[in-house]
Amino acid sequence: MFVTSAFAQESAPSADTSHAATEGETHSGTSVPAEAHGTFPPFDPATFPSQLLWLAITFGLFYLFLKRVVMPRVGGIIDVRNDRITQDLDQAAKLKGEADAAVAAYEQELAEAKTNANAIGQQANDAAKAEADTARKKVEAALDAKLGEAEARISSIKANAMKEVGSIAEDTASAIVEALVGGKASKAEIAAAVKSVAR
Amino acid sequence: MAADKVDPIHQFHINKLIPIDIGGYDLSFTNSALFMVATVIVAAGFLFLTTSSRSLVPGRLQSVSEMAYEFVGNMLRDAAGTQGMKFFPLVFSLFMFVLVANLLGLFPYFFTVTSHIIVTFGLAVLVIATVVVYGFMKHGLGFLKLFVPHGVPVFLLPLVVLIEVISFVSRPVSLSVRLFANMLAGHITLKVFSGFVVSLSALGAVGVAGSILPLAMAVALTALELLVAFLQAYVFAVLTCMYLNDALHPGH
Repeated sequence: MFVTSAFAQESAPSADTSHAATEGETHSGTSVPAEAHGTFPPFDPATFPSQLLWLAITFGLFYLFLKRVVMPRVGGIIDVRNDRITQDLDQAAKLKGEADAAVAAYEQELAEAKTNANAIGQQANDAAKAEADTARKKVEAALDAKLGEAEARISSIKANAMKEVGSIAEDTASAIVEALVGGKASKAEIAAAVKSVAR
Repeated sequence: MAADKVDPIHQFHINKLIPIDIGGYDLSFTNSALFMVATVIVAAGFLFLTTSSRSLVPGRLQSVSEMAYEFVGNMLRDAAGTQGMKFFPLVFSLFMFVLVANLLGLFPYFFTVTSHIIVTFGLAVLVIATVVVYGFMKHGLGFLKLFVPHGVPVFLLPLVVLIEVISFVSRPVSLSVRLFANMLAGHITLKVFSGFVVSLSALGAVGVAGSILPLAMAVALTALELLVAFLQAYVFAVLTCMYLNDALHPGH
């Protein structure tokens, strides 16, 4: 393997030089390049001016084309995209803020409604309590009045009864006296006697 | 000429396509110039056509263009700061040119522009010239502070300045040789292994069987070269950014 390649590598330049030597400056139609002086082609100074000139021309044009046309375009595309992304992000943030505000407003309304409901409930409670109080007071007043009336009647009945107790005692006393003594005592005497006992 | 097929150097030969001679200088339109033109057309055409729809949501190819743009942009901003963005067109052109030239060179029978030292040296000199010219324009003689690092003892200063000057002068050389040597070595290796396949196959059935190994190597090397093509373009652009940073902020 290695023998073959070494042979090939060695034989090639020598073949070139022999060609160059035999054919000289005529450059007749072989595949051997004109600059084949046996020097290593990249180090052949004869090709330097031409390569430098064409490098300057091609690279110069390339530089100008990229600077004037391609880079503004690519940079523009990327800038537009970045602008668009920031714009979209801004909009998303704005929408999020709006949504947050709506949630906050909703929660505030909910809280207000709750306090309102509580107030209404409290009011209704108080009103009911007050009504119940007045009703109770009325009933109590009525009961008190009835109680007073009843007491008055009881005392009047009692007074009457007490009044009658005297006459009953006189009757009883006259009957007892009649039964025991057999004679009639005068009414006035009996009344005086009952009064003195009752006292 | 059977030996020509396996000559790994043959691919680097410059052929005159349109001979031009001005003032004794050979300025011919060669295969190298042809592939420079091809590189520019492919790179510029790709960037131009893929972005022509200016879609808000990019397609695949437009994404590639945008990625390349932002990749180089971020690289430059990281290395040289926002002030460095004035060199964005230069760095982007260099990156795209080197990348596409490297990638085109991977096609069989295509000429690799970046495998010639004069081309990479031309690009490297362009970078260093930009650094020097802009450095002196912006900072005047203050640009020379680049060679005088802070906090160095006085008795060491001459030595350090000498080293700094040498390292600065060797920059265009290292920048160009790195790219050139990578492309050259990669293409020679590829050609050598492919040459094994051809030479061995000529030996008959045993040779054909034996050529499977170098063929597999050639395939693997092609993948490696694809990586190297991208990596070297990246390295070239990164170093360009760092050198431009020196022009912007010479005081270390």
